Amino acid sequence: MVDKSPKSPDFPTDVAAETQGESLADVLSEVEDIGTSMAPSQLPLLAAGGLVKSFGGIRAVDNVSIEVAKGSITGLIGPNGAGKTTLFNLLSNFIHPDKGRVLFDGEPIQNLQPHQIAQRGMVRTFQVARALSRLSVMENMLLAVQKQTGENFWNTWFRGKQIRAEERQQKERAMTILESIGLAHMANEYAGALSGGQRKLLEMGRALMANPQLILLDEPAAGVNPTLINQICDRILTWNREGITFLIIEHNMDVIMSLCDRVWVLAEGRNLAAGTPAEIQTNSQVLEAYLGQ
Amino acid sequence: MVSYLVSLVIFTAIYAIFSLGLNLQWGFTGLINFGHVAFMTVGAYATVLPSNGGVPLVLAALIGGGLAAFLGLLIGFSTLRLREDYLAIVTIGVSEVIRLIALNEEWLTRGAFGIQRFPLPLENFRPTLFSRYVMIGILTAIAIPAFWQLWKWAKRRLQKVGTLLDAGLILTAVCAALTLWLYGVCAIALYNFSDNPSRNGLMLVSLIVLALVFWRLEWLVQSPWGRILKAIREDEEVAKALGKNVFWYKLQSLMLGGFIAGIAGALFAWQLSTVYPDNFLPLLTFNAWTIVVLGGAGNNVGTILGSVIFWAYLTITRYLPDLLKVIHGVIPVVPPTVDDARLGAFRIMLIGLILIVLMMARPQGILGKKEELTLGR
Ligand SMILES: Nc1ncnc2c1ncn2[C@@H]1O[C@H](COP(=O)(O)OP(=O)(O)O)[C@@H](O)[C@H]1O
Ligand SMILES: [Mg+2]
Repeated sequence: MVDKSPKSPDFPTDVAAETQGESLADVLSEVEDIGTSMAPSQLPLLAAGGLVKSFGGIRAVDNVSIEVAKGSITGLIGPNGAGKTTLFNLLSNFIHPDKGRVLFDGEPIQNLQPHQIAQRGMVRTFQVARALSRLSVMENMLLAVQKQTGENFWNTWFRGKQIRAEERQQKERAMTILESIGLAHMANEYAGALSGGQRKLLEMGRALMANPQLILLDEPAAGVNPTLINQICDRILTWNREGITFLIIEHNMDVIMSLCDRVWVLAEGRNLAAGTPAEIQTNSQVLEAYLGQ
Repeated sequence: MVSYLVSLVIFTAIYAIFSLGLNLQWGFTGLINFGHVAFMTVGAYATVLPSNGGVPLVLAALIGGGLAAFLGLLIGFSTLRLREDYLAIVTIGVSEVIRLIALNEEWLTRGAFGIQRFPLPLENFRPTLFSRYVMIGILTAIAIPAFWQLWKWAKRRLQKVGTLLDAGLILTAVCAALTLWLYGVCAIALYNFSDNPSRNGLMLVSLIVLALVFWRLEWLVQSPWGRILKAIREDEEVAKALGKNVFWYKLQSLMLGGFIAGIAGALFAWQLSTVYPDNFLPLLTFNAWTIVVLGGAGNNVGTILGSVIFWAYLTITRYLPDLLKVIHGVIPVVPPTVDDARLGAFRIMLIGLILIVLMMARPQGILGKKEELTLGR
């Protein structure tokens, strides 16, 4: 494939060169370029600016900015192939961006390893749910708990009692979450025995077990039956009220419209629009992008 | 007869320990290690050489295990960040390099000439009657949990199938009878300890080490630490997304598996009582894989059972010439004798055949869980 535009002309500055010395203001100014109105006192939990990622000649993500306000449920929509999943990969550093910056909780994270980002409180899920097949559903849940005493090799030798106590406590917590997503009866089954929809639910519950500040959900409602979708939406709202911020990719517009405080639209790897769900619904550019498919 | 059986018990225990190391790496973590024998080689030489210099045997064995773990660290650091097939390739290479070093660095290892004399554990121990009873007590303490486990299985199995005529139950009964018999043999050997102190002592030491390694591994793989290893085996991206340092845990698994194989190497050296580079051919890695696959990857009991079956097989096929004579008596077409080289090849061929049949009938291994095979990714 041929690289159409090695350096797209509307790309503002060579941000990669100054990734080390960036400030929050830099990122925010870029974010603001595309029409965000944000009180300067309230810093976003996640802010990314100027993200670029090419695969061969294709710019899957081309100078994209996004921000997620603390405590919000933020939506991310766009036609298939718009680069949404790739953007998640860049935010969580599963794929390293060619250019751009990501600030989480006011700190640059684009040089951290994926697991370090998760440890800081940003947990992502996958579009195609990834259950750990030969672990039980309960083990899947317990794995996600952060800073477990028993994760340290030497602690398994000398702190058996504490480890058992933690496990008991976390099992109870996992059970409450499993009940809320309707998987409690499957707790001791292999996760590989779950259906596609159940795996999506498990992934969400697992992310929650990590007790993160921000959860990135990639199409949580895909393949889940309609009655369950309502239940998932309820859950997300409850968890959100308990203080967890969400960034959600979703094709189901009902889900987006009923949950989100703010929606970002991508098309062909670029920012297309951002606004409240009502604004997005009536935005002619957005309609065009979806209909023009 | 007793001393022959004692020797068999020692080999079985050593191979079980050796394979438990591989089972941790492959069965639980999914690391493809095709050079497991390298850890054993390092463990053997690094135990024997210091002990010849006067280092106490326990310390020497720990040095052996420690250096084997260090080898795991080196291999891990150079390959674990790369794609996973690199580990497989590098481990093959490293095991050959280690053997060639043992062969050529004569100033250290005496090369092909080998190291013939070195201290053996308990070789000068002349126990009183009381000490012998204590040793039999230790043996009993190891045997009781094994019987308890068999009993629990039998009970559960009986509840499930509701009849005594069940393959699993019969197998359990055979295992129990065999264990009881071997327990008796070992107890007699310990009672007559002074007949062959180094051999009988090594039998007890090997069984104690096997019991310790097994007991610790079982707790480890059920702990949150082990859960991370299993998660890495299933899908390391998920482990990363949940904040686990995948590289670090793979490294730990490689090192601990290496340490265990290193300790097995120390026992192996003591059992052979001479150390040649040719004791550490790649065939040993193959044997460990056979044992792990036979018993069911990711199952520590299965690995021990695999080692028992492996050695039972080797022992039984030793009597193939006798068997052949009997068959010749009945079916004259079959030749009465075969030369050793052919017989050796035949034994290896037969084990390959058994593996193929097993993989077709029971691909999860003898103790592996059938449900695991049908799980979607
Ligand atoms: N690993 C990859 N290698 C090559 N191309 C990729 C890769 N990941 C994504 N792409 C391409 O990037 C574009 C955006 O994909 P994606 O982010 O999955 O879109 P979305 O999630 O919005 O549907 C698509 O054209 C896709 O083919
Ligand atoms: Mg996608």
